[in-house]
Amino acid sequence: MRLPEARGDLSAAVIEGLRSGQAVEVAHLPKLRDTDPLADEDLQLALTVCYELHYSGFEDVDDRWEWHPGLLALRAEMEQLFERALRALTGPQPAVGAAEIPAALTALTAEHDGPSLGRHIQSHATIEQFREFVVHRSLYQLKEADPHTFAIPRLAGRAKAALIEIQIDEYGSGRLPRMHAELFRTTMSCLGLNTEYGAYLDRLPATTLAVTNMLSMFALHRRLRAALTGQLAAFEMGSSLPNSRYANGLRRLGGDSRATLFYDEHVEADAVHEQIAAHDMCGSLVAEHPELSADVLFGAAASEALGGRASAHLLDSWAAGASSLRPVTGPGSAGRLPETQLPAGVAS
Amino acid sequence: MTHEPAQERRAATVTPYEDGPLLLRGDFEIVTPDGEHIDAGRPTVALCRCGRSRIKPFCDGTHKLIGFRAPADRQPTRPDPSDAEQL
Ligand code: FES
Ligand SMILES: [Fe+2]
Ligand SMILES: [Fe+2]
Repeated sequence: MRLPEARGDLSAAVIEGLRSGQAVEVAHLPKLRDTDPLADEDLQLALTVCYELHYSGFEDVDDRWEWHPGLLALRAEMEQLFERALRALTGPQPAVGAAEIPAALTALTAEHDGPSLGRHIQSHATIEQFREFVVHRSLYQLKEADPHTFAIPRLAGRAKAALIEIQIDEYGSGRLPRMHAELFRTTMSCLGLNTEYGAYLDRLPATTLAVTNMLSMFALHRRLRAALTGQLAAFEMGSSLPNSRYANGLRRLGGDSRATLFYDEHVEADAVHEQIAAHDMCGSLVAEHPELSADVLFGAAASEALGGRASAHLLDSWAAGASSLRPVTGPGSAGRLPETQLPAGVAS
Repeated sequence: MTHEPAQERRAATVTPYEDGPLLLRGDFEIVTPDGEHIDAGRPTVALCRCGRSRIKPFCDGTHKLIGFRAPADRQPTRPDPSDAEQL
């Protein structure tokens, strides 16, 4: 992937630093503003750029930036704001015993009535809206499960075994065509979208970037490993039912079984993963480390809250007759979505 | 270092999860009464035990929508007067 367009002084400083190879001096960076960090385009993009150095990096950036002390110091400042905002948003979590962890997670992730992205997509979304939805999810789904792999060396015993049982399935038991990220790539190409990782980064708003940034922050800090397990449990527990709606929506729009496989697969897979995540992973982790229970629930609550905000942005934009993506900047077709309908049955 | 022979898959286990499905692991095969193979698709599967899944025999999470309750252990058999009336 290539470096994105800056969205403000902070992301400009990071991006220019990486592009020019000049050391980023924290002291010289713009003062971090006190807007809502969870919706701040500049801050969330700067964080995304810092985190992507730990995944596949940027074609136009020296890989050594991953561990550059100046950049890490700046990232730490941004993370402090981000984590504080996440904790303020979710409020203090109770310390519960290991036996109560699954029920507490179920309560945090229960479906509520009211506007839901899944229901909109199932019954009303246009093909343009479905494509936008897929573009929003692409930054995570094309590296699906990767953030959680960082937790493997940080867990032990039953919790570790449970995480690995989930990850094996996410990675298609080691068979590339079954890997969930690959199934997503297939869905993208059936929809005529660019499957190159990060192709649409410039078009993703802060509310979408914040979800992936949260995963990366939890994943890259051992201190937050319990939050990462709680986050994964929340993902899995809130997955089967919405994915059946996404699959139905795509079928309604003419998607064939190859196009919908990613969603159909998740209905079945995540019904398995949610049990393993809540009981065997989070339950065992808290049984072993009772002091981590509040962080498990924090991770789940943060995941629900940010996921809800990201979905609300899509629904609100569409209700206003607008696109949920940031406008295309610059010349060329990069980041542009196809305008054609999906011809019935042609997706294969 | 000696090479172990390829390990046999462990015998199948069935684990009831509280208020949810049965997880099936290990060396198992799912077949129809006629002996036709049903593709499990993954090494660990969740079998619906609430009766309401739309992808039976597998669980699709519907149990959460209907408030399905079932213990993770054997349901205790205790005499219940209301049962007696129904018999
Ligand atoms: S047990 Fe999950 S749908 Fe029946
Ligand atoms: Fe998955
Ligand atoms: Fe999953």
